[in-house]
Amino acid sequence: MIGREAYLVNKKIFQQTEFYLGIIIVALSFFLTLINPKFLTLENWFDMLRSNTFLGILALGELVVLISGGIDVSFTATATIAQYIMGLIITTYYIDNVLVAFLIPIPIGIALGAINGVLVYYTKVHPVIITISTLNAFFGFLMFFSGGKWIYNFPPSFRSFSRLQVFSLVNARGVQYGFSIFILLWIILAIFTWMILKYFPIGRKIYAVGGNLEAARRAGFNIFRIQLFVYCFMGALAGLASFVNASLNQMIQPNSLVGGELDILAAAILGGASVFGGSGSAGGAFLGVLLIAIIKNGLILMKASAYWHEVIMGAIIVAAAGISAYQQKAKAKREGEILVQ
Amino acid sequence: MLTSKRPKPKGKVKFLSSNPFSKSKNPQLLILVIILVAIFLLFGLLTKGKIFELHSLQAIAFQLPLLGLLTLAQMSPMLTGGIDLSIVSTANLSAIIIALSMTQFNFSPFLAIVLGLVLSLGLGVLKGALVAFCSIPAMIATLGMMIFIRGVALVITKGYVIAGFPQSFLFLGDGTILGIPMPFIIFLIAAAFMSLILNRTPFGIQLYLLGSNPTATLFSGVNNKRVIFRVYLLCSFLAGVASIVMTARFNAAQAGYGESYLLLTVLACVLGGVNPSGGFGKVGGLILSMIVLQVVATGFNLLGLSSHLASALWGIILVSVILTNRLIFARET
Repeated sequence: MIGREAYLVNKKIFQQTEFYLGIIIVALSFFLTLINPKFLTLENWFDMLRSNTFLGILALGELVVLISGGIDVSFTATATIAQYIMGLIITTYYIDNVLVAFLIPIPIGIALGAINGVLVYYTKVHPVIITISTLNAFFGFLMFFSGGKWIYNFPPSFRSFSRLQVFSLVNARGVQYGFSIFILLWIILAIFTWMILKYFPIGRKIYAVGGNLEAARRAGFNIFRIQLFVYCFMGALAGLASFVNASLNQMIQPNSLVGGELDILAAAILGGASVFGGSGSAGGAFLGVLLIAIIKNGLILMKASAYWHEVIMGAIIVAAAGISAYQQKAKAKREGEILVQ
Repeated sequence: MLTSKRPKPKGKVKFLSSNPFSKSKNPQLLILVIILVAIFLLFGLLTKGKIFELHSLQAIAFQLPLLGLLTLAQMSPMLTGGIDLSIVSTANLSAIIIALSMTQFNFSPFLAIVLGLVLSLGLGVLKGALVAFCSIPAMIATLGMMIFIRGVALVITKGYVIAGFPQSFLFLGDGTILGIPMPFIIFLIAAAFMSLILNRTPFGIQLYLLGSNPTATLFSGVNNKRVIFRVYLLCSFLAGVASIVMTARFNAAQAGYGESYLLLTVLACVLGGVNPSGGFGKVGGLILSMIVLQVVATGFNLLGLSSHLASALWGIILVSVILTNRLIFARET
């Protein structure tokens, strides 16, 4: 019952967030199209989505962790380890099979996620502390064993897979472009996350744990299993995202991902996830990443310096958080008055 | 410790006058001392005593202060149960202002440092206002500010490195007084300053109170918002001090320096006994944790092992300290 209540309250809030995000995205798109009509072409959108797939998939994982009331900053190290091992295996044994390459990073991600989940549950220390420690441990070991060496020269199937398109079109200049397979993967994962969160018992339990852990415990939920699931899910998505990243860049650099944790956290928060848990949605996380992508893309199309991107992003996050804090304050005030009456 | 001569406060504030090594109150410090001794002995044996040589100790004292100052900065928000993710970007922007005013405008190092500190305080006002008066959760507000400040730093420098400072300024980074490195002296002064504020001022006591129970603090007549506002001022000021050491040691300023230190400061705070949910933690513990981390790094360096392995060990040390703590507490209850 408590889980259900938390769900009803939260539903209202995150529908709002998605609504506002949608409005901002539409307004921004309109504005950008006026400045540069190139913005509203399928080619630009396909390109924009494709280059943000990595961010988008990770934001979905972070979202689930945030909903459960946790936080994970170790996923960049998890992703790097997953893609590095994958790269090592397919280049040393020269496995010319994308399916194998695709399936290697996932169990690695899940295993590393499980370490986080177990530690978070048993130590009862704030997850940010645990995952900072594991970030250092994972990344330190990876850099030690890999020696910082890059991996390239992948088998041909791995190279051609990155250019695979679900359907392709030809633009006015006769250049072919298309809907990359990675965008499809991102969308499938977004729908999958949305379904887990909305229709699967485990999803409802994640909201319940994030809304009120003690209440969920007393309602008889197995907290350990839920937390384990959440961090393993994050790990699995980190593995998938690392495959996308390796495939798009056709190169694996052990130190290119670590350090970007907080930008992905920012994307999830921009999408309406609360750092206190209990709220957020897959749609919001998708729109949050889309907004970031549009801002980046818009600055390029406006021929403005790309350095302004972070200034704008930071200002938007602060403004969005300010508005939601104000709304909550106003709501508390309203409810307080009702109580007095 | 420091407050032992004062009349003992009652109830919740007992920890202010408690013996830091008493097991039931803070086992962390005892564990830290044991770890420190063990690590010193271990590396002493492994490096055949090289770690106790003067130049090794000097290397430790040169490398420790940057992370140490940033960790001191992180400490005050963490004591209130908050966090400041923007300390490194604050330090970088302040470093850029210091660097620009010396290279572009030929200001004296003193004036440049003052400008850097003023800028840090200004950013602190902004952060404090967002967290205290707009009631934005600290993590989100400072995450947004981190990205914003880093963006401003990038816009100013366009990603370039600013270098080439007067010798009198570089002395702050590589000089020594009586064999003690300047950065270490700055760190000790900052630690003493922090300890004084936390233990000897009403603000410090309010800060601890607020961290352990904000509602009770509010009802005992403390202006919580003002305390939180000042916490972010203090934190940004210390980040500004860190920027001086950073600029002088690297002889350069850039938008992206020291970013890997950000999460490490949180790790070092927790290792030093700062409770992430607020209310507990001493400057002494923090210094101990800094020494442990730096001895591991320097010891690995002397042994010719990768510094990445040292950072892996840092993570493992923290997890094992947390697990040990948990075991001790589980046995007691």
